Amino acid sequence: MTTARRRRIDRVPWWVYVLLVLAVLVAVFPLYWMFVVASNDSATAYKMPPRILPGENLFHLSELVFSTVPFVRSLVNSAVVAVAIGVGHGVLCALAGYAFAKLRFPGRNTLFLIVVLTMTVPTQLAVIPQYMIMSELGWVDTLQALIVPGLASAFGIFWMRQHIASTVSDELLQAARIDGANSWQIFWQIAFPLVRPAAFVLGLLGFVTAWNDFFWPFIILKSPEMYTAQIAIKALQNSYVVDLGLAMAGSFLATIPLLVLFAFVGRRLVSGIMDGAFKG
Amino acid sequence: MRDSIGERFAPYAYIAPFFLIFGVFGLFPLLFTFYVALFDWNPVAEHTFIGLDNFSRLFDDPRFWNAMRNTVSIWVLSTVPQLLIALGLAQLLNHARLRFATLFRMSMLVPYITSVAATTVVFAQLFDRDYGMLNWVLQQVGLGPVDFVQSTWGSHVMIAAMVIWRWTGYTTLLYLASLQAISRDIYEAASVDGAGNWKQFRYITIPSLRPVIVFTIVTSTIGGLQIFTEPLLVSRSAPLTCGPVRQCQTLTLFLFEQGFGQFKFGYGAAIGVALFVLVVAFALLNYLLSTRIRREKP
Repeated sequence: MTTARRRRIDRVPWWVYVLLVLAVLVAVFPLYWMFVVASNDSATAYKMPPRILPGENLFHLSELVFSTVPFVRSLVNSAVVAVAIGVGHGVLCALAGYAFAKLRFPGRNTLFLIVVLTMTVPTQLAVIPQYMIMSELGWVDTLQALIVPGLASAFGIFWMRQHIASTVSDELLQAARIDGANSWQIFWQIAFPLVRPAAFVLGLLGFVTAWNDFFWPFIILKSPEMYTAQIAIKALQNSYVVDLGLAMAGSFLATIPLLVLFAFVGRRLVSGIMDGAFKG
Repeated sequence: MRDSIGERFAPYAYIAPFFLIFGVFGLFPLLFTFYVALFDWNPVAEHTFIGLDNFSRLFDDPRFWNAMRNTVSIWVLSTVPQLLIALGLAQLLNHARLRFATLFRMSMLVPYITSVAATTVVFAQLFDRDYGMLNWVLQQVGLGPVDFVQSTWGSHVMIAAMVIWRWTGYTTLLYLASLQAISRDIYEAASVDGAGNWKQFRYITIPSLRPVIVFTIVTSTIGGLQIFTEPLLVSRSAPLTCGPVRQCQTLTLFLFEQGFGQFKFGYGAAIGVALFVLVVAFALLNYLLSTRIRREKP
């Protein structure tokens, strides 16, 4: 009786698969469509009924993309910014998370409360003074204006503190301390290696966010050779001939690096997001 | 030896980068926004103190109220369906014996790694009046072409569709993680006691998901009120206003237009202050509603 009930509960009805496959199609279709238009000639974007199969013209439109804007340069710029933020964000947040989780110092709880509170502050609204500061620093139209503000975040510190608190045992740290290691050595030799998977996922989230960021680069970057890939897409959309095919090809080319990355680390990204989620 | 000066100050050094970065590029600019809002401030000319004039002008400015309406409309249209779809998808993905579970989860995250700029370019094409696939489908079933970009509701629906497409998978994974943390024994006990699917959903699933639901509402509110890139890229003819009659200009886009399009830093800052008040008000409302719900629960 119990086994029968359990089997009935556990069997997955067919319509669940139908709905899920439908959801996957919706999730993937816009990317596929980008590829279809990008791999045909420009006119495909304007065909009725729409063409739904890829063509062989990817290289032609790509060449056009590369000659209209400094697109390779923009991909390099995006990579520099995203890698710097990914690595810096992972390490700096792990360090701060370690201090909040495992070290004792006056004001610790108050400072951590402040970190948590800053998560709810929408700083994007302060974009005008932010621009003025960058202007004072002489950082307008530079990549460090994009990198430095993204190096640490309250969310990242919160996330790493949780992981370090639950993964790194106090006994281990105590033993290292008795052996004469200082807190810096303990962090690099014991704590960080233990939470490297979590720091990796955090760095990955920072990388993706930085790669896809539009608002701030759009305000800061002025000259075409400083453009990131996202701003290059905007420039393609604006080019003197309005050509949707070109913008689609650019969008597709700017998304490929992330798709390749996702093929390798997507599984870890999924479990990372789910691990960091609320569990009651 | 353990209590050397260096060791005592080490923790502060470890957390200093965040506070430095947040102070310089977050908190200070935020406070400075309130100051700039009191001036007639042109970046290349003099700036003069004008008190609260920017705010009284703002409240009389129909463009401000238009942007406010657009922002709230797009936020509602994108948030409500997104959270409901995510809840449904999470339920589907939560079947214990689901095959290809990893593949399904990964596919859900593909839109999240696609940039807003790329998303907007594709959706603008799909929703195009003359050459869009969506309109082609609509015409096959006998519905006339809809000019999504040029109409108010059409452009809102289109922008909401982009937001929903990009964020639903991410939200689904958050919900799924919470669903998996609920013990299956609770459901079995409930079904032994005769509770049907709906009752189980209402009295077990929803209360267990409450924290993550509140979290996603808060984050989508903060994100939704600051929506910028989609409306900027939707209209090629008039990007800064999202079309000739400002049909989808949001508050952040209005801020950008005034601040960086017309170099009225003071007026732009006043829009920033108004947005800040709005976000804080929504956050408080969320907080009050969620504590109230918690109290009503037995």
